[in-house]
Amino acid sequence: MSQILKVGMADLKVAGPPQVLSTLGLGSCIGICLYDPVSKVSGLAHIMLPSSEAIRNNTNRAKFADTAIVDMIAMMEQRGANKRRLVSKIAGGAQMFSFKSSNDMMKIGQRNAEAVRGILKSMGIPIKADDTGGNFGRTIEFYPDDGRLLIKTIGHGTKTV
Amino acid sequence: MDGYIDNINSMVMDVLKEIGNIGAGNAATALAKMINKKVDMNVPKVNVLDFPEVPEMLGGAEVQVCGIFFQIEGDMEGSIMFVLKLDAALSLINLLMPRDNTDLDEFAFSALQEIGNILAGSYISSLSGLTNLNIKISVPSIAVDMAGAVLSVPAIEFGLMGDKILIIENEFIEFQENETVEGYFFLIPEPDSYETLLNSLGVQL
Repeated sequence: MSQILKVGMADLKVAGPPQVLSTLGLGSCIGICLYDPVSKVSGLAHIMLPSSEAIRNNTNRAKFADTAIVDMIAMMEQRGANKRRLVSKIAGGAQMFSFKSSNDMMKIGQRNAEAVRGILKSMGIPIKADDTGGNFGRTIEFYPDDGRLLIKTIGHGTKTV
Repeated sequence: MDGYIDNINSMVMDVLKEIGNIGAGNAATALAKMINKKVDMNVPKVNVLDFPEVPEMLGGAEVQVCGIFFQIEGDMEGSIMFVLKLDAALSLINLLMPRDNTDLDEFAFSALQEIGNILAGSYISSLSGLTNLNIKISVPSIAVDMAGAVLSVPAIEFGLMGDKILIIENEFIEFQENETVEGYFFLIPEPDSYETLLNSLGVQL
């Protein structure tokens, strides 16, 4: 019987088999899964914004892509993960509402996805699956036993990547 | 204005509640005119919540909800969103125009757009009247999806400023059939506009 660990908005958790990491109803936020295929130590972060740098009130580190990824890797290393072996899978980053004169805030999903890709690339962490964009929500479940990611939607199908 | 919602004081809460109250009163009147029935409303509740608590108000992050989203322009910038559970949205459509078909078809979407226009419009006009600020709303954009996904939009905008969300809960009651429809309003000023808004209401932070 696997135990499901729920990760809320602006939250991150680290786990290993037989636990499952899940976050519900991702919209413009991004679910970032990191995985060490050898130790099977895994992490899931539910970030809301691309960067903590331009924000003065940035104490909630799990809210931002940059600080969440750094903290998650540190937590995973404490549990025996090796940073050089890490791979990633990402989902979310939708644009839920659209306007003709779209301002930057409406494109936050896209900006989040670009920021996450950039940070992972700069750290040399390969992105094994990237299910971002669109205009719909996603619920995701990450399975540390084999590194698969289940993505569920309303009306846009279910898939495993 | 660092983390303003996080340190919100009771006076600010009262002001926002009053805006919610007047706005919802006007919205109920407008809704009553639209459906040609008597509509009452309960005093709105104003809540300041942590991010993970917000989808729970609507029954969980995976519950299907309908979000009607507007951009605010003028002396104050930001956005306003009206959120209904899917069944509440369908009963509002049914109040507006009784029919057998309960699908979310094109007709349902345009009815929701119209309901959203009226509710948000009366809300914004009461805000405008109280503050003397010139405020306009855009045409609405509608999303029907998981509560977590729809609410991520206001959550992220509040997230620019702090770690809390301000939500105004309204309950409309249609008298004859004693049907209640719960709706949730999010008023999300841009960080700079929040100060403009409170100053124009005579609140000093």
